[in-house]
Amino acid sequence: MRALVWHGKEDIRCDTVTDPEIEDPRDAIVKVTSCAICGSDLHLFHNLIPAMLPGDIMGHEMMGEVVEVGHGVNGHLKKGDRVVVPFTIICGQCEQCRRGNFSVCEVTNRKKHLADKVFGHATAGLFGYTHLTGGYPGGQAEYVRVPFADATHVKVPDGIPDEQLLFLGDIFPTGWQAAVQCDIEPSDTVAIWGCGPVGQMAIRSAVLLGARQVVGIDRLDERLSMAEAGGAITINFQEESVVERLDELTGGKGPDKCIDATGMESHVSWSQPDTVLDRAKQMMMMESDRPHVLREMIYVCRPAGVLSIPGVYSGLVDKIPMGQLMNKGLTVRTGQTHVNRWTEDLLHRIEAGQIDPSFVVTHRVSLEDGPAMYKVFRDKQDSCVKVVLRP
Amino acid sequence: MTMTHFSNIARSDGDPKVVRSGPSSLAASDRLAKALGWFSLGLGLTELLAPRSITRALGMEGKENLVRTYGAREILSGILSLSAEKQAGLWSRVAGDGVDVATLLTAMREDNPKRDNVAAALAMVLGVTALDLIGAQGTTAQRSRNRGERRLYFDRSGYPQGVQAARGAARNFVVAGETERMAG
Repeated sequence: MRALVWHGKEDIRCDTVTDPEIEDPRDAIVKVTSCAICGSDLHLFHNLIPAMLPGDIMGHEMMGEVVEVGHGVNGHLKKGDRVVVPFTIICGQCEQCRRGNFSVCEVTNRKKHLADKVFGHATAGLFGYTHLTGGYPGGQAEYVRVPFADATHVKVPDGIPDEQLLFLGDIFPTGWQAAVQCDIEPSDTVAIWGCGPVGQMAIRSAVLLGARQVVGIDRLDERLSMAEAGGAITINFQEESVVERLDELTGGKGPDKCIDATGMESHVSWSQPDTVLDRAKQMMMMESDRPHVLREMIYVCRPAGVLSIPGVYSGLVDKIPMGQLMNKGLTVRTGQTHVNRWTEDLLHRIEAGQIDPSFVVTHRVSLEDGPAMYKVFRDKQDSCVKVVLRP
Repeated sequence: MTMTHFSNIARSDGDPKVVRSGPSSLAASDRLAKALGWFSLGLGLTELLAPRSITRALGMEGKENLVRTYGAREILSGILSLSAEKQAGLWSRVAGDGVDVATLLTAMREDNPKRDNVAAALAMVLGVTALDLIGAQGTTAQRSRNRGERRLYFDRSGYPQGVQAARGAARNFVVAGETERMAG
């Protein structure tokens, strides 16, 4: 089969690889009908997250049709079922899964010894996201083996196009969880840094959850226009001061809830000297992530507010103003998405016509064009916001 | 054995393995940037660690600290050229080439017994400058945001029933299982 394979920094290729095989009774093989390039794939593209190996298949946002099941799947899935594959692999039985904390499933990370050393305690296995999270082959491929398939799936009905359902596997529940973690009240102003795909989903989630004002912060006109279409007030941080504008929008109080949908690769700009220093440190391996957005959120957030962090961070950050964080009594909520905690409800909302997540798709290409699209997406060329691949 | 095959030891039997590789996302200018980045690191380390050999070969004795400074500059350019910001690294190399040429020209004095070596070094620097320019222009063009069409998406609300209907439509949302957990 064909798959997008990581060979090194900025080196992705559409390779011919052997087909995946059932190796555990709880496995299933899914024929991928649609998959997407996620913003967090770019961190791997830049080799900023450790433990990728040449030959690893990329991709953690995919859906398709079940073509083979192991005997341990026990009727939870059958051949021909249409499924979205959540990016977090879950056993459905451990204590964390029973609590709904699926992204920290205690069972599915098959490289637990490695993750225990790095994180203190292992988190769930993830598709196509380094050997720290199990080294599972990803879904930017014609077929993908789904481990623990009896639990790791979202069954979806026929009759709804792939693009409306695909994002149930990652960015939609990620944006939703980011907003839900904010405990949004009708009087709240929610500010969202980064209007990429996750930011767009967070904006719509905050609107649906009834925030008084939703503010989207970015520098790219196409993303800001999409944010505005979704009901957000927008701030172009290259044209105006984020802090001053947020204060103006909130009568000087600051946003009640702040969402970081940017993560470890904050935009580097001479007008924000800390971002230049962060980039220099990152290159010298003195800091793994660039936390400008975190610093700004802590500074501008209303005291007793909430900081929700769906953006991916990989390791160490410098100069986090703990004094501001502590004295303002801010609550920080973060984590990989507990995808299956939200999907049933979100599927109903799609079916009910509350939201159609396909609005975010700007590019549709074949798997062969995938390597080139990584660069188009990375460099924000051709007004690219979200790429869907059709294997 | 390639790294791809070697890394198969970290995979299970049922995991797909590479049979045949397709074209890479790395463009020729990316590969050139990589080569120049490593060259920069090598040259920088040499200048930093063995400045005397360089000044002696060029008849520039007494300029060891200057060579060390250039070595540090080369290392920084090399790191940048190997990073995602490679165009900045390559343009810093082009600027550095200019400084190198100017420095070498000062050593082209009639009374310098190593004048031939300086001429050879000058030719080499000019050759590398050409490569740096090709790489810098290539990566800059490749990374430009101006490639492709510019579009705005004011028509993509994502709410089939419109923004106004969407506001607060999920206000009564309750986290599934929350009540059971609280009761438990």
